[in-house]
Amino acid sequence: MATEVLTNGDAQAADWPDRYYHVDQILDRPGPRTDPSFMAGDGVKDFLRSQCKILVIGAGGLGCEILANLALSGFKDIHVIDMDTIDISNLNRQFLFRPKDVGKPKAIVAAEFIMNRVPGVKVTPYYGKIQDKDDDYYMQFNLVICGLDSVEARRWINATLVNLVDPENPESLKPLIDGGTEGFKGQARVILPTITSCYECSLDMLNKPTAFPICTIANTPRLPEHCIEWASVLEWPRVFQDKKLDTDDPEHIGWLYKTALARAKEFKIEGVTWSLTQGVVKNIIPAIASTNAIIAASCCNEAFKIATSSAAYLNNYFMLIGTDGVYSYTFEHEKREDCPVCGGEALDISISRDWTVDRLIEMLIEKQDIQIKKPSLSTATKQIYFQAPPQLEELTRPNLEKKVSELVEDGDHITVTASSLPFNLTLRVKYV
Amino acid sequence: MIKIWSMKKNEDAAAKRKPKTSAAQIRVQKDLTELELSSTMKTHFSDPADLLNFTLTITPDEGMYKGGAFVFSVNINTNYPHEPPKVKCTQTGRQIYHPNVDLEGNVCLNILREDWKPVLNLNSVLVGLQYLFLEPNADDPLNKEAAEELRKNREQFLHNVKLSMRGGSIRGVQYDRLLVQ
Ligand SMILES: [Zn+2]
Repeated sequence: MATEVLTNGDAQAADWPDRYYHVDQILDRPGPRTDPSFMAGDGVKDFLRSQCKILVIGAGGLGCEILANLALSGFKDIHVIDMDTIDISNLNRQFLFRPKDVGKPKAIVAAEFIMNRVPGVKVTPYYGKIQDKDDDYYMQFNLVICGLDSVEARRWINATLVNLVDPENPESLKPLIDGGTEGFKGQARVILPTITSCYECSLDMLNKPTAFPICTIANTPRLPEHCIEWASVLEWPRVFQDKKLDTDDPEHIGWLYKTALARAKEFKIEGVTWSLTQGVVKNIIPAIASTNAIIAASCCNEAFKIATSSAAYLNNYFMLIGTDGVYSYTFEHEKREDCPVCGGEALDISISRDWTVDRLIEMLIEKQDIQIKKPSLSTATKQIYFQAPPQLEELTRPNLEKKVSELVEDGDHITVTASSLPFNLTLRVKYV
Repeated sequence: MIKIWSMKKNEDAAAKRKPKTSAAQIRVQKDLTELELSSTMKTHFSDPADLLNFTLTITPDEGMYKGGAFVFSVNINTNYPHEPPKVKCTQTGRQIYHPNVDLEGNVCLNILREDWKPVLNLNSVLVGLQYLFLEPNADDPLNKEAAEELRKNREQFLHNVKLSMRGGSIRGVQYDRLLVQ
């Protein structure tokens, strides 16, 4: 899992005349509505083509499209992260991959393909997880585009980029463009961390994966999916006890398939197949190449507009619904005050090193402007004082007498929750 | 590049840097410290530093399961509250005579699966579990025999519940003794 900079194949670094003739129509002169900060001409072209560094997360269905679009619109320093290897089932829509590439890392093959195909573009792949990288890594980019299918990974990168924002350093604010598709539906959005609504703010808008009532699965199966869930949710733990089901292990999927098939036979249900089994347990949503193309194109247009200031960018959520005709809707998704990532309130407090936790809590309760009752406090690594449940209250009670400075370092943050607060409060502690 | 920082200047303190406490972590802290545990429910953390895994003991003080003690494991993953917590009955022999709990400890409670929403919290889950012991539901059976009995012959069902909690056997299934008093 190492970063590998690949050489540039047949590609030449130099541009040829009129290579960007069409794109330059937009970059050479301002329009009536372009932002006043737009530097038409060489300034913006130089930024786009020799300074701007962009990170693409995911080299799958959306990622392949995104990489191609970025390279062809003039981005030249592109990085790509993906932890997966190429599966034969990817080849119908992930067009940077060929049958000979099956089994190889997506990020590396995609990078190689783009560099061979588009001269002068450098694509730096990383085969691994986004969580492997630290803040310094993410700091080097101007922009981040995500084409992911995992909620968990999106939540992680969103929180990381929100946390990266340092009010003292303008460079620390990295626009995040997030694309996602589900069959004929998709969305593209622009997140300006801490300024606009973030991914976590909209978490409750997500379609949740279909789950069937467990009693239906156990007693009255009617669909092939019920049989598959019976095998994975009820039979697997019963037969294998604590052995964890690995949905990437073909042997495990094989066992589930066989078990589900037998169950389906018993209840005269048709339609249990290997691929349906895999689809249900991995929660695979059918991917359609053309939906990916629309959403990726829209993400890349936004990246281009944000990088160049050549036109107004998306504010902030574009939704495409192709399941019943074609419907699209763009709206400003609002920041949630109680968002645990970008919402809540932050308070700077300066206290003496002698203050006890008890005294700090008293001070919080007395503060008129926050109206806090029964606060519970923790740092990112430890509990300071919990009001409930009883076991944790008892365990943390001795801390009340301790000095805050014994538990929290200067400049550290304390997370405060309380039933009277719809959001969480962050205390930035300074000792005086 | 667009000039985002000028927009930033108009923002107030709300947009300052935050600690590295994950969203799931904050939400679990909020949920746990606001739990309203009645005297019939008790949580236990075998590793108090790990807020994501604990057990819940329900000791109903009314209804047909009065006098029993029922232990559930609650496992929260880092994708909470997008995903519901995983709840299983972990009685030592894993045997409990209840229409909505099977002999493996699986629990049929709608908010644990199909009706889970991120606005629900741990308190809703605990209340839901407690309710199962007050009002066992014959319409969502996991233990089919128990559900059938409850529907057809309530008296016999009550008898079976008592028998099972004393450690008796019903239709060849030996139940664990769960009585605490
Ligand atoms: Zn947010």
